[in-house]
Amino acid sequence: MTAALETSLPLGKAEKAAIRGDHMIVCDLVPEGGRVLDVGCENGTLLSLLVREKRVDGRGIELSQAGVNVCVARGLSVVQGDADRDLADYPDNAFDFVILSQTLQATREPKAVLQQLLRIGSNVIVSFPNFGHWKNRLQLLFRGRMPVTEYLPYSWYDTPNIHFCTIRDFVALCEEVDAKVEKAVALDRMGRKMGFSAPWWVWNLLGEQAIFLLKR
Amino acid sequence: MEVAATVIVAQRGKMTKSTITAGDRSDAEIIRVAARNEADNPSSKRVVFDAGQPLELDAGASLGPWQIAYETYGTLNAERSNAILVCHALTGDQYVASENPITGKPGWWSLLVGPGKPVDTNRFFVICANVLGGCLGTTGPASTNPDTGKPWGLELPVVTIRDMVRSQARLIDHLGIETLFAVIGGSMGGMQVLQWAVSYPERVFAALPIAAAARHSSQNIAFHEVGRQAVMADPDWAHGRYHEQGLRPSKGLAVARMAAHITYLSDAALHRKFGRNLQDREAITFGFDADFQIESYLRHQGMTFVDRFDANSYLYVTRAMDYFDIAADFDGSLARAFLHSPTRFCVMSFTSDWLFPTSESKAVVRALNASAANVSFVEVESDRGHDAFLLDEPEMFRTVDGFLTGAACARGLAVPGSAA
Repeated sequence: MTAALETSLPLGKAEKAAIRGDHMIVCDLVPEGGRVLDVGCENGTLLSLLVREKRVDGRGIELSQAGVNVCVARGLSVVQGDADRDLADYPDNAFDFVILSQTLQATREPKAVLQQLLRIGSNVIVSFPNFGHWKNRLQLLFRGRMPVTEYLPYSWYDTPNIHFCTIRDFVALCEEVDAKVEKAVALDRMGRKMGFSAPWWVWNLLGEQAIFLLKR
Repeated sequence: MEVAATVIVAQRGKMTKSTITAGDRSDAEIIRVAARNEADNPSSKRVVFDAGQPLELDAGASLGPWQIAYETYGTLNAERSNAILVCHALTGDQYVASENPITGKPGWWSLLVGPGKPVDTNRFFVICANVLGGCLGTTGPASTNPDTGKPWGLELPVVTIRDMVRSQARLIDHLGIETLFAVIGGSMGGMQVLQWAVSYPERVFAALPIAAAARHSSQNIAFHEVGRQAVMADPDWAHGRYHEQGLRPSKGLAVARMAAHITYLSDAALHRKFGRNLQDREAITFGFDADFQIESYLRHQGMTFVDRFDANSYLYVTRAMDYFDIAADFDGSLARAFLHSPTRFCVMSFTSDWLFPTSESKAVVRALNASAANVSFVEVESDRGHDAFLLDEPEMFRTVDGFLTGAACARGLAVPGSAA
């Protein structure tokens, strides 16, 4: 079977079990058959999941050319591009859903990027690592060093993640750009949904990552 | 020499014995005679449109009767939904995946097109036509002007890429195909792909322009002008009437080909292949013979080219590329050209291609994004320059395979060996 063919078939059981938790939650937020843009789609894992499970008309942007080539060989529609620079090319309301998965913290201008996402998509899904997680706080507090964890394994000098934020920071940014938070989920390290509702400050302490569904 | 002549006869069933009886003819001459014959009587399939079915040209003229020569591979399915049109480059031809009847060489894209290849002729019905203005059977300056009984020469109206595409659309009509599953081409072939998507968006399900651009750059026009001037400066060109006078502007056309050939390669590729190596000698000769291998190589490229290609065709087809500028037809907005396009695009470029650099492909991609079209873009890492699109480039093959398979799924074309 060619790599491209795989993207046309429904998922098997084993494949489903191997899906990252945050991808599955994003997938659940997207309705069937819409137009979806995945910004920073890497090797197309999430995009392929959306195409196969939700039959979306899926597109991707990926910074690394190697990632793009893998995606296109899988039969996905992906262009090489930079979230900071190339989102401006897209027209208003071009997509039903625009997804920024684990990429916000790596952009040069997260606020401008978020505004572009809200302009080109009617719905925006953003997932990001929560820098306010208690492990990060403890490392900074007791070791006096920039946090390095299993989930965020980079040292400060070689990290692609140049704009970390906490869940509360992100909520504040949403207010600043007039985005309406439709849904917010905190996840543990394994990408499992935290199975209780709690005030922001609790999630901000216990969630290792977060997924937001925004509307203009 | 007799042996070579026999080979040509065997390859070309249609060629008459009388044209090759002279026992002392050189291979080059045999190729020349064969090439001359192909202009009116191609070895491939062809459709002849009579005076009542003229082709309207951008230059304002109406061409008729006219003909288009083409080759096909694979089988058209019952729904007529698996047709792929391959568009050839400047000096290419319709023999994309089969032996060229003049040179005896394998099809120019037989690495990409054929049974089990990325453009799989077991799955797809592949069509490739000689371009308008060409010299292998589609009406061009070497074809006979029915009004005079002589070759058209410069009396043929200047043609454009859009004219070429219009002529191909007539062929596709003739074949009873409403929508092409895909249009694929590299270089000037890629220009035709883009023009197809703009002129007939509803008839192109997937478009794959490789190493191409939405307009010909000033630098590229400049190189073409050098080539044309070389042809026209050759006294044997005879103002384009060399056929009737029994002449051939071989020197001028060879120089044009040599100059063009440099633009198809990268500095790195030339260095790897030839470096400063000397040709069959130990030391430089302090003369103007071909001391260096690269000189010898270019001279060979020039010499072999003139036997198979018509000089006037070279003028016409290069001119068509020069005139190409899609945005110019849409008030300078390339995005507007692609607005509401239903076509799936996959744009491809090569890192070392300086004739059609990645920036040109990216301009196309930006315009497609701006019109919210379905687009993929792949830049293939290669040091072989523009010519890479014709060579063994596994990344290109993977991309073509992946894109076509993905598009075939979207189109609902059955995939062999799968239950889906």
